[in-house]
Amino acid sequence: MRAFQTLVLTVLTVAGGTAAQAQEVPRWGLEQVIASSFRASGQAGLDRLQQTPMQVACSVAHPDRLPTEAQQRIEREALQGVQFPQDGRWLGNWQAGEKIAQSGTGLQYSDPPDAPRGGNCYGCHRLSGTEIAFGTIGPSLVRYRQRYASDSDAMRRTWIRLWNVHAFNACSVMPRFGDAGILPAAQIRDVMALLFDPASPVNR
Amino acid sequence: MADPMKIRAVMQSGRVEVKILMSHQEETGLRKGADGELVPAHFISNVSVSHAGREVLRVQWGRAISKNPFLQFAFRGAARGDELTVTWIDNLGDTRTDRITIA
Amino acid sequence: MKPGTSRLALTPRQCEGLIASEGGSCSPLPLAGEGPGVRAMAVGVRNRRGLALLALALLPVSAHAADPTSVYRQMLAEDNPAELAVAHGQQLWEQPRGPRQAALTACDLGQGPGVVKGAFAALPRYFADTASVMDAESRLVHCMVTIQGFDRQQLAAAPFSEAGAPQTDLEALVAYVAAQSRGAKIRVPQSTSEEHDSYARGRDLFYRRAGPYDFSCANCHGADHLRIRLQELPNLTRPEGARSAFAHWPAYRVSQGAVRTMQWRLSDCVRQQRWPQLIFGSQASIDLSTYLGVLAAGGTMDAPSVRR
Repeated sequence: MRAFQTLVLTVLTVAGGTAAQAQEVPRWGLEQVIASSFRASGQAGLDRLQQTPMQVACSVAHPDRLPTEAQQRIEREALQGVQFPQDGRWLGNWQAGEKIAQSGTGLQYSDPPDAPRGGNCYGCHRLSGTEIAFGTIGPSLVRYRQRYASDSDAMRRTWIRLWNVHAFNACSVMPRFGDAGILPAAQIRDVMALLFDPASPVNR
Repeated sequence: MADPMKIRAVMQSGRVEVKILMSHQEETGLRKGADGELVPAHFISNVSVSHAGREVLRVQWGRAISKNPFLQFAFRGAARGDELTVTWIDNLGDTRTDRITIA
Repeated sequence: MKPGTSRLALTPRQCEGLIASEGGSCSPLPLAGEGPGVRAMAVGVRNRRGLALLALALLPVSAHAADPTSVYRQMLAEDNPAELAVAHGQQLWEQPRGPRQAALTACDLGQGPGVVKGAFAALPRYFADTASVMDAESRLVHCMVTIQGFDRQQLAAAPFSEAGAPQTDLEALVAYVAAQSRGAKIRVPQSTSEEHDSYARGRDLFYRRAGPYDFSCANCHGADHLRIRLQELPNLTRPEGARSAFAHWPAYRVSQGAVRTMQWRLSDCVRQQRWPQLIFGSQASIDLSTYLGVLAAGGTMDAPSVRR
């Protein structure tokens, strides 16, 4: 009985461990230092430093080495939170999508809070075949439609990625454009159109 | 007087290689400051380099020159140990003169 | 291939220009995988002399193929506008200034009072007089306050110059102090418990995911060969990347026409991470420098450098 209790306790500790670690008494005063090292500015309040469970779990040097169970839990919770378009319409306007992809402003404390936000897709990805100023943090999305299909399943999966990429890839470095409220659904539709519309420069 | 220039003058294969780094804000007069007002034009208008009483380089500049201008040129007819005099004057009448010994 | 022909990757114009005098001919041979504008040309030359001349003509082309960008960077570095800030910083170090009309020559940057040479390469470090780990910038502020009588709030309120404005005193002083460590081996100490803690906090901060974008430093600086748009990002988790970054700040930033410091670099990253503002001289800002500096151990300081 004792061995079983110990086993249960160990499993619970390991499972809850990743969440609990950051709240343990730090040996080097990290939380105190954080509390005294940042100030609210513009639209960036100190609440932005409060971590979500996913952020806590992923704040490690090698997130790919997290236990499978922990990764799956992140993915499951992310998928559960995805909000799909109410009217079932996946695609918006690709021209608007290109503007969103090109714009890197939004949510910085130097940005006006009411200014339209960009997705900064080109910061990390290649999209249009003719735009040479692209980043390499994420994979190339050139000819997205041809490479990843354009059926409703492909669209659904792409929507999920844009909304909360952690549904498929726990601890990915890509922002949660829908889940974190970075882009509203209408703008995510425009980005979808940039990826899927045959007339989009991504697919020409 | 304005901030000193950084000047290097080195003999190389019978020529003097001169490199001059000037400290100057080089305002075009077309830029708006934080208050929304145009920042007045303030840029180097003339540079003169002399050796042994002879002007070896005369320069006329406008507002298109960037901040902290760097000027490089070479000339013949001088020797190690000779002195070079560099003077700039700007559109507001500010000026700076520095001297260097050719190495 | 016919005898006397060579198959080379040339543009049509290169081919035409090269062989015109030798009476050869260019016929296009598209190679699979070549980009537009570069096609292999079959260069037919009449004789061995033509072939030898062709080879000679091609030599300078391949020699210059190595990177005009690094040639340009070297030209900039040789006459770095930061030298002006360094000269000004030296004046500020040596002149009696402030309410106490004292010079900074009594300031202890970790190697003893007044010792500037090599000091930057061993910062951040623990200082007993403040019982804390400090970097070059916080230490300079400390000296300006305690030795010269300047007001700490005023110094911390505007440490970095605005666009188009002259360098602040702090930027000039950091440039001067850093320049006196040019060529020195990076050796940020880890000898006290405070220094160990600073490193540990810096490391935790480096990997900390936070804010609406879930950005940590590691998101962008945690792997090889990443770039944001066209800006290459050093992998700070590897010694080469850490050394390259630590050795080259402060830097003359060409896009801003000003010397920018490590504190500036860190706070500007934090802004783009969508976090709240990193306070100038805060312990977190120092700890990040400690972490980077320890990873950069063995590198060679070369600051102020020239950056984009």
